[in-house]
Amino acid sequence: MAQEDIFYDVLIVGGGHAGAQLAITLRQMGFAGSVAIVGAEHVPPYERPPLSKEYLSGAKSFERILIRPESFWGERNVAMILGERVMSVDPGKKRIVTASGRSMGYGSLVWAAGGSPRRLACAGSDASNIHVVRNLADVDAIAAALPQVTHVTIVGGGYIGLEAAAVMRKMDKAVTLLEVGPRLLGRVTGEALSAFVDEFHRAKGVDVRTATGLASFETQDGRVVAAVLDNGQRIATDMVIAGIGIVPEVGALQDAGASVANGVMVDACCRTSLPDIFAIGDCAASPNPWADGAHIRVESVQNANDQAKIVANLLMDVDKPVDAMPWFWSNQYDLKLQSVGLSMGHDLQLVRGDRATASFSILYLREGRLIAVDTVNRVKDYVQARALVAAGARLDASLAVDPDIALKDVVAAAA
Amino acid sequence: MVHLNITDRAGVEHVVEAQTGLSLMEAIREAGFDDLMALCGGCCSCATCHVYVDDGDGAFKAVSEDENDLLDSSDHRQANSRLSCQLVLTAAADGLRATIAPED
Ligand SMILES: Cc1cc2nc3c(=O)[nH]c(=O)nc-3n(C[C@H](O)[C@H](O)[C@H](O)COP(=O)(O)OP(=O)(O)OC[C@H]3O[C@@H](n4cnc5c(N)ncnc54)[C@H](O)[C@@H]3O)c2cc1C
Ligand code: FES
Repeated sequence: MAQEDIFYDVLIVGGGHAGAQLAITLRQMGFAGSVAIVGAEHVPPYERPPLSKEYLSGAKSFERILIRPESFWGERNVAMILGERVMSVDPGKKRIVTASGRSMGYGSLVWAAGGSPRRLACAGSDASNIHVVRNLADVDAIAAALPQVTHVTIVGGGYIGLEAAAVMRKMDKAVTLLEVGPRLLGRVTGEALSAFVDEFHRAKGVDVRTATGLASFETQDGRVVAAVLDNGQRIATDMVIAGIGIVPEVGALQDAGASVANGVMVDACCRTSLPDIFAIGDCAASPNPWADGAHIRVESVQNANDQAKIVANLLMDVDKPVDAMPWFWSNQYDLKLQSVGLSMGHDLQLVRGDRATASFSILYLREGRLIAVDTVNRVKDYVQARALVAAGARLDASLAVDPDIALKDVVAAAA
Repeated sequence: MVHLNITDRAGVEHVVEAQTGLSLMEAIREAGFDDLMALCGGCCSCATCHVYVDDGDGAFKAVSEDENDLLDSSDHRQANSRLSCQLVLTAAADGLRATIAPED
């Protein structure tokens, strides 16, 4: 059968940030073998962050968020096999099979399948006006429904929920935001930033409900008409957007015998426990030097790109360390939030600047060393923190909280 | 449409056509260059869209404080450094010469 002959030296599963960057980098480095991306979505690789920002708001068209123009992939001899989901992997024969039954062989397989949005589970959660924000199609569905919507209930007070709330307020929709935890951004940032973001969204008119869970949805003709909270309150609503995290897409690899915990377990070079199979991006749990080597998944563009580079170097036999310092950004209203490092494991938080001025930073220290920084409208702090976090600098805490002294000038004298 | 002269990291100059209204970063990406990372997609949050504007900087708004701070994160900053995502192309940008800065 002719189909049996389809073989790629590097077969990338998933055309998101990680998969696209790997293909780009391989060609940039002069990789001469065949490269294919097999992607479940029907469109070429695009940037995901704008989905809850400029694309959702309509400020940017789809063409403007493409990672590369459509013609690029052909020019670089990267086969784009779109609208195909990889269902199974045979690590012995080194073949994959897609949902439509296509079988392909590989030299190296790079799993870059990201994650699927976690779905709500309470009664009524199968209603047609409950949305998620992960893919282009998700956001197009929201956009198509919005003209008929006056009140949106957002479930989840993480970055995506908050960004969606900001866009909905700009469109003048009434917004209720439910967060089951005690504070917004509770998983990722310090109390000072949570409190600030909470106040800011309220001031913009968002009805923020923390420590509030969902009991059920009241539905009519398969559509949510109200959200019923765990405190018994009923909120009439005509659209629900769930932003409650992702489940890593790793089923086929797990079935093939790969070691999977929260994501595919990989080593520092993104190798899975199966021969010639790598995993990168949101789906991979790698030993993170910024988290004391603990295996964690990092969901960010930075991580997707840096892991792509790590695998490209490995496949090209280039022994060059990749500096994968974590960084992240988020935009809500006119707020510019930026982070560098990973704050988990900090033993001290310092707030630098005044929350009331909407320009402040949170410094996270462990044993006197700066391990992470969150900034709000303080790009200068963000930039200077990058160097300090990279160096594991010791800060003089009494100086560091003074926003008028440059962050780079508050390094403690060596003991 | 405007014409831009873009020099890639290998030192080769290319003439590209670009639509006005886009940023220079978008125009460079649209033209199929692969060196420009532009990781934050133009949010002025990453500095991976760093270019040197060799000729024609007058077509753009002055460097904002945020752009200036971010440019400071580059080891390759020069007097003519700009973040290309912050440069919106208008007819005045026709004939612009820019060079993609080295990767940090
Ligand atoms: C709304 C939103 C906003 C965000 N904002 C930011 C931000 O501001 N800053 C930031 O740093 N990060 C942000 N992120 C996170 C960032 O986008 C992700 O970390 C990044 O996209 C991860 O890249 P990836 O390639 O691992 O996965 P993805 O980009 O999710 O790509 C995975 C691709 O694989 C496909 N796929 C899945 N299973 C299969 C299969 N079996 N076969 C074939 N294809 C498959 C999927 O359809 C998808 O196209 C945001 C994410 C979202 C959703
Ligand atoms: S693309 Fe990130 S600052 Fe320009």
